[in-house]
Amino acid sequence: MNSRQTEKILSVRNLVKHFDISGGFLEQLAFEKGKIIRRHTVVKALNNVSFSIAPGEIFSVVGESGCGKSTLARTAIGLYPPDSGEVFFGGERIDHLSPRQMLPFRARMQMIFQDPYASLNPRMTVRQILEEPVFFHRPGISRAEAGDRVAAVMEQVGVDPQWAGRYPHEFSGGQRQRISIARALMVDPEFIVADEPISALDVSIQAQILNLLMEAREKRGLTYMIITHDLSVVAHISSRVAVMYLGSLCELSPADQMFDHPRHPYTRALLSAIPRLGSKKKHIRLTGEVPTPIRLPSGCVFHGRCPYADARCKTEIPLPLSPEPGIITACHGLEEGRIPLSPE
Amino acid sequence: MSHLLEVKNLEVRFALRFGDLTAIDGVSFTLDKGERLGLVGESGAGKSVTGFAIINLISKPGYISRGHILFDGENLAELPGEKMRDIRGNRISMIFQDPMMTLNPVLTIGTQMCETLMAHRNISRKQAEAVALEKLRKVYISSPEQRLSQYPHEFSGGMRQRIVIAIALLTDPALIIADEPTTALDVTIQAEIMDLLLELCASEDMGLILITHDLGVVSRVTEKIAVMYAGKIVESGPTENIITDPLHPYTKGLIRALPDPERRGQGERLQQIPGTMPTLTALPRGCSFHPRCEIKGGICEKEIPESRAVKGQKREVACHMAENPSPPPVYEREGA
Ligand SMILES: Nc1ncnc2c1ncn2[C@@H]1O[C@H](COP(=O)(O)OP(=O)(O)OP(=O)(O)O)[C@@H](O)[C@H]1O
Ligand SMILES: Nc1ncnc2c1ncn2[C@@H]1O[C@H](COP(=O)(O)OP(=O)(O)OP(=O)(O)O)[C@@H](O)[C@H]1O
Ligand code: SF4
Ligand SMILES: [Mg+2]
Ligand SMILES: [Mg+2]
Repeated sequence: MNSRQTEKILSVRNLVKHFDISGGFLEQLAFEKGKIIRRHTVVKALNNVSFSIAPGEIFSVVGESGCGKSTLARTAIGLYPPDSGEVFFGGERIDHLSPRQMLPFRARMQMIFQDPYASLNPRMTVRQILEEPVFFHRPGISRAEAGDRVAAVMEQVGVDPQWAGRYPHEFSGGQRQRISIARALMVDPEFIVADEPISALDVSIQAQILNLLMEAREKRGLTYMIITHDLSVVAHISSRVAVMYLGSLCELSPADQMFDHPRHPYTRALLSAIPRLGSKKKHIRLTGEVPTPIRLPSGCVFHGRCPYADARCKTEIPLPLSPEPGIITACHGLEEGRIPLSPE
Repeated sequence: MSHLLEVKNLEVRFALRFGDLTAIDGVSFTLDKGERLGLVGESGAGKSVTGFAIINLISKPGYISRGHILFDGENLAELPGEKMRDIRGNRISMIFQDPMMTLNPVLTIGTQMCETLMAHRNISRKQAEAVALEKLRKVYISSPEQRLSQYPHEFSGGMRQRIVIAIALLTDPALIIADEPTTALDVTIQAEIMDLLLELCASEDMGLILITHDLGVVSRVTEKIAVMYAGKIVESGPTENIITDPLHPYTKGLIRALPDPERRGQGERLQQIPGTMPTLTALPRGCSFHPRCEIKGGICEKEIPESRAVKGQKREVACHMAENPSPPPVYEREGA
């Protein structure tokens, strides 16, 4: 085991995850140029993604809908086996473990799923949903102690503990989202992956939840990987930010660097789209064919929308390079120095 | 002129073990053809339940206990099930906050879209597929032809949300109720989807009820707003007026809590409205907002404030202390 990984809580190396969506044998058959051929349709959701997260970090992942953020999260905590690449947790390789071998790691990491509806079992009461991970990971705990914990955590996320006997469908959308956050906080994890944890919440409850997550970090030294499309939240809380586009990592920088000096052309486009209240500025319109992970563009995946793209960009995949310590970018234009640094 | 939709004194209750819970308490508003209404308020305020009630989708322990919902002259609250099914998902589409209320997990989205369309239109599967593809492109689903044979769980969260929007648009409805339609979407796609809805309101005279907690989106898309708190509309009127000059202390708090993009970082705390919304089963006496209110007077703890018109403006506010409200009965409802 090399020592660099042991000081990281999570490391992923060259992760690749593809989904075959060809369907049944008959659905795969197609008629082309007078011949019957068998066609495979593959979604290339993750392509060679690498990064590490240090203990105590708040690591954010941003990028447009469908770019592979949730797939990255699920692969990183062992819910999806990668097609290739490696995942290390606390210095130990976990991507090839059996569910049984994975058990001790499960309690140390928790995931808040993007879809609070699908992730809460409709036939269990909120109390059962919240107690389940406690009884599972701490079999010795008494019923009373678990009950106290349920009440305390419900209180923290702003859902009346008196409602613990109710079923998920009896709650509003935002209340359900808070219940799925509560579930992740029930056991004492070291690492939480939160996929859009606050998107269905109004600003005042967003603030309450974010403050709660930050408090848990200070008190218990938690580490977070947070996926959100809300860039003002990202700017607010992250230590480092990873920007993804069509399954590839474009840029990885400390948050203040990212927002003050975005480097990659896609990062710049993304940040320019942050709406400002009252400003009537039109957003950048999406033009052309929507990029698809089913037919990945050749070369740099962003070349079709990039103002700096040239011939090399269309053929050669840019490798992640580090122009400065702590910063990673994957862009030919930046490497060649033909893209001006963004003014502050 | 008659309205496309008129909701009057709507009350929805849930019969629970320990007594009734009133989720919606006397909600009234109107919507004309092509008009865009924003329904805003904190989590649990009753926004989704209002939407469900309009399409008569309040199920078992819940029931509409009072009020009427006139759509094109018919009272939807009393419409027999069969006639309602003809309207729901056809002339009125709801984009549910939970995409899985629309999507069937064991059917491909191609099948779902075609079946929805063929249930309401006399067209072939081929024609239905063409319409489905057109709508999927409108919501920026990439490679739609290949995607038709995928199941809901094979899509990303934001893609599922967009597919549900595409399904709502299939039948070119006269009214769309969009419940947090873009929460999982990044700003660029969100803006495109909102433009699409705006365009349909303008060109097809579609009515839109946009339920959201995002005041930024509401101010861009809607022309009028109703602010809900604990099951009641506490303030309503033209969007412009409400955003720039809110009268109800709750609305004021909501607007103040918006993050200011100029002041990011450095652990800047957002301005929260102090306290939390009360549980509906334990509402305080008088104005339900009074425990959190900065300008409350003695009367607020005793009497429920009636909604009243604001002099010289087409807006209403339900607050004893808000500046400027005229005395109760002078308000004339347009077209009444
Ligand atoms: N189980 C699966 N089977 C097939 N394809 C999948 C599966 N899960 C994800 N995909 C595909 O992988 C791509 C990336 O999806 P992912 O959920 O990671 O996106 P995301 O970045 O989280 O997007 P969003 O912001 O919309 O949630 C999509 O094209 C999606 O259709
Ligand atoms: N089936 C049900 N049984 C009991 N109570 C319910 C039921 N459905 C909703 N409620 C309650 O009614 C209230 C209003 O819920 P609603 O879903 O309308 O809130 P909302 O304004 O849409 O909030 P959010 O922004 O969180 O989605 C909530 O307190 C909720 O718990
Ligand atoms: S590699 Fe080329 S196409 Fe890709 S972002 Fe850089 S300049 Fe643009
Ligand atoms: Mg996702
Ligand atoms: Mg709701």
